[in-house]
Amino acid sequence: MALIQATAIKKNYRVGEIDVPALKGIDFEIEKSAFVAIVGPSGSGKSTMLNLIGCLDHPSSGTLLVNDTEVARLSRNAAAAFRGEHLGFVFQDFNLVPVLTAYENVEYPLLMVRGWAESKRRERVMKILEAVGMADQAHKRPDQLSGGQKQRVAVARALVGEPKLVLADEPTANLDHDTAYRILNLMKQMRDESGTTFVFSTHDPKIMGEAEVTFILEDGLLSRQGAQQ
Amino acid sequence: MIATLKLSARNLLRYRRRTLLTAGLITLGVVALLIFVASAGAFKQTMVGEITDSMLGHLQVHRKGYQAATDNSPLNLNLQPNAVSKVEDFLKANPDVAAYSKRVKMGAMFSNYAETSAIRLNGIEPEAEDTTVPALRNRILDGEKIGPLVKEGELLLPTLLARGLKVKVGDSVVLVVTNASGSVNARPFTVRGILDQVTGPGGRDGYIHIKDARELLRMEKPEVMEIAVRLKNINMLERVQQGLATQLDTIRNKEDKPATELHSWKELSPFATIVKMIDMMTLFIRVMLIAIVLVSVMNVMLMAVYERIREIGTLAAIGTRPGKIMGIFLGEGLLLGLVGAVAGVAISYALVAIFHVWPISFTFGRNALALVPVLATGEVLLVLGLAILVSALASLQPAWRAANMDPVTALRHV
Ligand SMILES: Nc1ncnc2c1ncn2[C@@H]1O[C@H](COP(=O)(O)OP(=O)(O)OP(=O)(O)O)[C@@H](O)[C@H]1O
Ligand SMILES: [Mg+2]
Repeated sequence: MALIQATAIKKNYRVGEIDVPALKGIDFEIEKSAFVAIVGPSGSGKSTMLNLIGCLDHPSSGTLLVNDTEVARLSRNAAAAFRGEHLGFVFQDFNLVPVLTAYENVEYPLLMVRGWAESKRRERVMKILEAVGMADQAHKRPDQLSGGQKQRVAVARALVGEPKLVLADEPTANLDHDTAYRILNLMKQMRDESGTTFVFSTHDPKIMGEAEVTFILEDGLLSRQGAQQ
Repeated sequence: MIATLKLSARNLLRYRRRTLLTAGLITLGVVALLIFVASAGAFKQTMVGEITDSMLGHLQVHRKGYQAATDNSPLNLNLQPNAVSKVEDFLKANPDVAAYSKRVKMGAMFSNYAETSAIRLNGIEPEAEDTTVPALRNRILDGEKIGPLVKEGELLLPTLLARGLKVKVGDSVVLVVTNASGSVNARPFTVRGILDQVTGPGGRDGYIHIKDARELLRMEKPEVMEIAVRLKNINMLERVQQGLATQLDTIRNKEDKPATELHSWKELSPFATIVKMIDMMTLFIRVMLIAIVLVSVMNVMLMAVYERIREIGTLAAIGTRPGKIMGIFLGEGLLLGLVGAVAGVAISYALVAIFHVWPISFTFGRNALALVPVLATGEVLLVLGLAILVSALASLQPAWRAANMDPVTALRHV
């Protein structure tokens, strides 16, 4: 059973009086522990696709199962709970909470979403900060960190709750090439260690090469470039 | 809960200047309100105390219809001896009554053998008057300040008259009275003391012994015009007045109508209107404070939500429930109001402490008064509660907006 099963997914955005199609009927499956890239030009629908998988938005039609859950059916609160439980997010602009330290940013999902106890949190947060190589920067606020460091913290925040799936919309677009490479390798290493599925979008062909499965989106239609395992 | 509040506090500290300005505004409002209430309260207490303690007493009993005619000092509206003794029985039996004093009042002509002036006189029983209006003694500017207030053959003279007719303590003067049947009676008196005047009716009256008063009026029976009553606690005024009124209602005249009337100092002194005005102003300032807190907190919170749209989207995306997001923003507004209000309370206490060392002195009418404002705990708690409630209310709409934001739209926001 695949982790994600999508059938005939369509997504239209309503702009004024007319429906603008962003996804024109796509089918795909993503296996557990896969390392997947979604590539395509700007406006091709990459973010739209990731938002649907991430339960942030509902498809206009089609069925989407994530971890055997029909995510389109979830209420607002249930969707939030589902994301908190099963998903992790990495954003292009890092989106760390500016008033929290690196440690506190990583701790946030455990504290404010999961409600873990202090000692349990501390152990887990330190472990994951260690894994992304940010343990020595734990006390710093985001504005004291470089872009690459921020994205490491963001990866740690996405992984701290041991989610089934991490979704990353252009996680390297704001990083220089070397740093982008290192972040991607970090994500892959994390996948190897924890078995977490990673789906990221990019339009950088070099980064794209790091993926094991690549989906190509073009004008709302999807094609698969196959596994290179 | 604590984690949410911590996050709220951090966000407040992030925009330090804005937070400081807004909290400062709330502080200012709280200080203005508390200091006004404290000063107005002290002013009220001082003035009411002076009026009731030196002249009116808290309650007064008259023959029905006397108060309406009081300006003419009527001589035909006296309480008859049997009515007086019934009133006295009620007063003696009442545990809330501290003292009462019977008075015979009249208008008179006052002469220093060269000039003549009109004067209003109170015939009093010195001991009873002293316990009923204990501050009367403090009004003696010149003359004997200890011993009985006044002895037979002696007169306490208001300062304006004494000055106008150039009369000093120890001088002999003549009081001329026209009695109820129209005949004139005169007697010499010695000036025992000069009285400082106070605001309100009776503030410029002279005082003689009740026996002299009855003799001047050729009163055959021990009638009185007025019984002034002092309560043990002025805060029980309304309750005691009600109870006494129903009791006094049982004293009937020949037509079976109530023979007496009962008034509180509020109905007798124009100062009660000033008290009402002060209370109105207090209410007005309170409404202003609510408006200040409401507008400033709401403004800051709307701004905070607007500035942090992407952050809200991020928190929502990573699984924060709408209720929690609402809590973060509610907590922020609440803390803001609380900090401002607490600072305001602290500053108010400090100011009041300063006023205790250097009281505000001012003159009201012709009286020099020193105001020592006092902060009532109830008022402080009310203001704190109000500030917290109103800031929570003001943050409600912005927080609700944040909680219900669509994460995708919020994340796309630039
Ligand atoms: N909220 C929206 N309202 C209207 N149209 C939208 C909305 N979001 C996306 N679109 C449109 O849908 C299409 C797909 O957008 P999407 O953001 O998914 O593309 P993308 O592949 O992520 O592009 P980019 O590489 O620029 O991020 C675009 O034509 C875009 O204009
Ligand atoms: Mg995009």
